Amino acid sequence: MIKSPAELERLRHDIISSRDPDKPRVSICAGAGCLATGAGKVIAAFDAELEKQGLKDAVATKGTGCPGFCERGPVLVVDPGETCYLGVQPKDVAEIVSKTFKQKKLVERLLYSKTAVRESDIPFYQHQQRHIVGNNIKIDPKCIDDYLALGGYSALAKALFQMTPEQVVEEVKKSQLRGRGGAGFPTGIKWEAARNAPGEPKYVIVNADEGDPGAFMDRAVLEGNPHSILEGLIVGAYAIGAHEGYVYVRQEYPLALENVGIAIQQAREYGLLGADILGSGFAFDVRVHRGAGAFVCGEETALLLSLEGKPGEPRPRPPYPAVRGLWGKPTNINNVETWANVPLIINQGAGWFTRLGTEKSKGTKIFSLVGKIKNTGLVEVPMGVTLRDIVYKIGDGIPKGKKFKAVQTGGPAGGCIPEEHLDIAVDFDELLKAGAIMGSGGMIVMDEDTCMVDVARYFLHFLADESCGKCSACREGVKQMHRILTNITEGRGKEGDIDLLEELAFSTRSASLCALGRSAPNPVLSTLRYFRDEYETHIREQKCSAYFCKELTSYYIDPETCTGCLLCLKNCTSEAISGSRKELHVVDQAKCNKCGTCFDVCPPKYDAVRRFSGEPVPA
Amino acid sequence: MDIARIEQIIDNHEREASALIQILLDIQAALHWLPGEALELVAEKLKLPLSRVQHVATFYKAFSLVPKGRHEISICMGTACHVRGAPRVLDVVQKLTGIRPGETDRDMKFSLDTVNCLGCCALGPVVEIDDQQLGKLAPSKAADLLKKYD
Repeated sequence: MIKSPAELERLRHDIISSRDPDKPRVSICAGAGCLATGAGKVIAAFDAELEKQGLKDAVATKGTGCPGFCERGPVLVVDPGETCYLGVQPKDVAEIVSKTFKQKKLVERLLYSKTAVRESDIPFYQHQQRHIVGNNIKIDPKCIDDYLALGGYSALAKALFQMTPEQVVEEVKKSQLRGRGGAGFPTGIKWEAARNAPGEPKYVIVNADEGDPGAFMDRAVLEGNPHSILEGLIVGAYAIGAHEGYVYVRQEYPLALENVGIAIQQAREYGLLGADILGSGFAFDVRVHRGAGAFVCGEETALLLSLEGKPGEPRPRPPYPAVRGLWGKPTNINNVETWANVPLIINQGAGWFTRLGTEKSKGTKIFSLVGKIKNTGLVEVPMGVTLRDIVYKIGDGIPKGKKFKAVQTGGPAGGCIPEEHLDIAVDFDELLKAGAIMGSGGMIVMDEDTCMVDVARYFLHFLADESCGKCSACREGVKQMHRILTNITEGRGKEGDIDLLEELAFSTRSASLCALGRSAPNPVLSTLRYFRDEYETHIREQKCSAYFCKELTSYYIDPETCTGCLLCLKNCTSEAISGSRKELHVVDQAKCNKCGTCFDVCPPKYDAVRRFSGEPVPA
Repeated sequence: MDIARIEQIIDNHEREASALIQILLDIQAALHWLPGEALELVAEKLKLPLSRVQHVATFYKAFSLVPKGRHEISICMGTACHVRGAPRVLDVVQKLTGIRPGETDRDMKFSLDTVNCLGCCALGPVVEIDDQQLGKLAPSKAADLLKKYD
């Protein structure tokens, strides 16, 4: 148990001095993305190989948090020297061990390029400023000492011993930090409301119900650096006057649940949670609550009911949770990334924080850059960077030479931004002006093969499925918009559908109870705003120019160029292709399930598979 | 049904009514579904109306009121997976298994479900079978993949 800030600093000093900075070590990303591509086997292979080559005691290995470059995972860093190896598989491990640690040479084929040895040499990282996720690769999230070695819990000590709760609230207000969960409400003002609200006890909650499809920023912080969230939460509890807190984590994130649970346990053992934190007399403890698979529980009033063990059906606000929250008591709910910003603001000051970002959006923001993009992964940039820089400088553009079509931000409540608006500065207000929202940070890149009517249909399907059904505007409005969009994508669209969609969008937006329903029309309205022509060709010509809508698309093999190589025939998932070696292959249109495999596998030198939409297939 | 095991789960949460969701999640994890008898037992022990327990059990997607097969297939339908062709993977898996999302086949071999996002967006399309995540799955690879399970 640590009983004072001085003891904390002594412990930190002991941890750092017991560690030899020159001792060779391998840090391997053990985040969910890299684990799915085999990081677990790579870690095991390192342990076995180091033993075999007699380096077991000379080289340390550790599984760390996610450094973000998921596209090229499993990712690992070898120190000293910060050598960054990408796409490492167990078969590469013996060579890394013998070359790197014995011969002090690089394994060039595993580098980003011959000249890009360290993370900081790789363009994907060069254009980022990683204040929240930058430490992930240096930390074993299951080891509190790693966090302490990097200065962890110093913000907590500073807040508890050098600041009054009011001063903490004031500092967060001055930082102009806005909520990272989506709405962008000023965090300090929210804290102040909860602090000033009458009633005891008060509660603080981490909203880790990251439900937006295509977004995994919070997952990476929860899994990779859970103590940074806890530290922020304890500081917030002190500022607000809360003695109990919850972390609400969706159960789809088992590793996040595990790592947060371990972090809480370790913080308790060290006296960073409990009855007398760091000897300050301040008491606070926190419990983990698993979500059970309901998107709407990311909405704060629904989340509160879920915490009470009830169905998560939102209620109207006001009263806001700051006044009437969990069990009817004042409650402050912030998103994972918001909490993780708090220790930075306390340590480095509001002045430092406000130098990052734009006039009304301060600090950095983490985005999950996914979809049709070369460098998929997590990206942390200062607010105000342009979308074009994110897509092209960090993301390295669109794969396979395809043409960019749009970037979708903000999850199901967000919108699609086309090419002509790529130069907008990414912050809360500019995205809103362009018809999208910042949201929690999902950024899905779409290319010429993405159908924008289908994207709207996709989100409305998602929302119809997730609408809790409590208010009729959302329950019926979303369902009807989804029905019309399905008709359009399946070739049953008719004149007047677009007008009806706009009318439904207006009423659903105006009359729904919570943000889910009020923002549900956004995917429809933003695609109509920029891609109305796609709706019109679907309706009038039964044509999907992206060849995505399967009811409107046919595959056909060109007799002039097909050489009968059997590749499409063998890979066909519906046995719809007939023919034999060196004989023309033919697609049976009645059997074809439009999976597109034949188009994908036909060798470019033959290029024999053609797609048709809006016109008949040659007989 | 193992009554003692369910009672143990309820006791682990100190029989608190607010822990209803947590208790049902634990039962779901242990049995892979929520039998009617289990819901009745939970209602009785927590002193809650059965209708309230059923409301929760049907509201949240993590719960299943029908038994699951030996292997649970979850196809990620997150946006990143969607634009990279998840619907086509789903079509093929449906055809191969003969079941639709939410269903279990007659041999109790496979259960099929869709999930909204597993957070492995860089690897889309992602399919999860029995807690193991498989990334960049082309529709044509699905048949070989499913053959590995019995």
